[in-house]
Amino acid sequence: MRLTPIFAALGYAFLLAPLAIVVLMSFSDDPYLNFPPHGFSLRWYAALAVNVSMRDAASTSVILAASVTGLSLLVGVPAALALSRGAAPPVVAGALSAPLLLPTLIVGLGLLLVLQPLGLVATWPGLALGHLVVVLPFVVRLMGTAFAALPPETREAAATLGAPPWRGFLLVTLPMVLPGLIASATLAFLVSFDETVISLFLVGPRLVTLPIALFRYTESRTDPLVAALAVVLIVVSAALVLVVDRVAGFTRTVARS
Amino acid sequence: MLVLLRMSLNITTDSGTLVEAWSVATYERLLSDPYIWRITRDSLTLSAIAASAAILLSYPMALFLFRSQSRWRGLLAVVAVAPLLVSGTARVIGWLVILGDNGLVNAGLKALGFASIPLINNWAGVRIGLTESVMPYAILALLAGFGRLDPRLEEAASTLGAAPLRAFCFVTLPLTAGAIGAAWLLAFVLSISAFITPHLMGGGRVFVLATEIYDAATQTLDWPAAAALSVYALLLLLAFGVAKLALDRRSAA
Repeated sequence: MRLTPIFAALGYAFLLAPLAIVVLMSFSDDPYLNFPPHGFSLRWYAALAVNVSMRDAASTSVILAASVTGLSLLVGVPAALALSRGAAPPVVAGALSAPLLLPTLIVGLGLLLVLQPLGLVATWPGLALGHLVVVLPFVVRLMGTAFAALPPETREAAATLGAPPWRGFLLVTLPMVLPGLIASATLAFLVSFDETVISLFLVGPRLVTLPIALFRYTESRTDPLVAALAVVLIVVSAALVLVVDRVAGFTRTVARS
Repeated sequence: MLVLLRMSLNITTDSGTLVEAWSVATYERLLSDPYIWRITRDSLTLSAIAASAAILLSYPMALFLFRSQSRWRGLLAVVAVAPLLVSGTARVIGWLVILGDNGLVNAGLKALGFASIPLINNWAGVRIGLTESVMPYAILALLAGFGRLDPRLEEAASTLGAAPLRAFCFVTLPLTAGAIGAAWLLAFVLSISAFITPHLMGGGRVFVLATEIYDAATQTLDWPAAAALSVYALLLLLAFGVAKLALDRRSAA
């Protein structure tokens, strides 16, 4: 079938067209998003750098994603360990993976209804909790695969040699699942950093994340600033994946689970 | 989820205040509203179109990736699913530039002397954007389904004198029918629950179940209605999820 590569190329073109265009438009010199741009410049990147609300949103997103990453590891790693050793009922595994199957819009609405009476909407803890719900399944799943790949003999050997369980865990198990741990942390950070729909329900006027700022800006205006911001988001994600891939084989670790 | 179910049983009075109750009044109100039936139909049609278009475009890509022996195969596979790592909003912005009134397509049409056609803030734009947004999932699902395809069968067909097109229609296509079905349902279900694309590409003029839930929850603040609509959408999705499971089981057997 010599036709296959041709049709495949068509598919690739369609799939990647919007991304290519966003990158191109971010260098536009025009005040509007029109095609083709009349000139190229970095003015929209400069505008982005001095845009206070975007900078606030960016720092919110980074702090939030970092906290969510830490929390999800703190909760997700023990959960995955317990599940992989059969110490937790399968119901827990089901509950932890449910948010993956439900539409995020409905998860977001559910969170809004739960957090509103508690006064947690538009607060840091509420937003972090919401993100945790969507991030945890990824962490538990990745770490579950990492723990399952460990031969149980290593733990037994540590115990035989007189190490108490916590010492065996810290000095033997943890270093062996380090690639999985790094991959989980990266994925947790990325998912939280890019999360849009759940945040839409939980942000407030003074607490806005970067994807929400992008979303709202796109709703109201269309100028190349949004393209520049989109490119920044893409570059952050891509850079993170590439760096971690070099260090810990991110794509291999993620692909395995 | 339980809170969602509980909220859907509350009612809003005509003045818009929330009253705690155990009542199916909200469901009755929604289900007797022809508008809800219309957006249900519109949602399902839109999702069916997007899923079909996504499969049409993804199938050759997945087949190519599956057969390729090239050393670029890994890279091409990563590129095919890379859009998943990019926020949906960024991709919508790309489509707005391509399809907008002064966008790539219309600029091209104008240069050729044709009248421009409106491609955003309407169904056409949402269909195109949604198709693209579910394609990576379709490719992954197709590739997973191709795992059982034995390339020797195609070779056998061509050895027996079948032209490539004939071999494709009578050997490859029937063998991958299960994978196509599973990938289509996945794309379909994801399209129903998609929100960002219909909201931004529709420009407030396209109404589907997802945008309706969002509007009820954040604009009109009719939480019982939003919750009831969510339960309704979940039941719809559940029905298709069961269909997918049945299909998976059949193609696995």
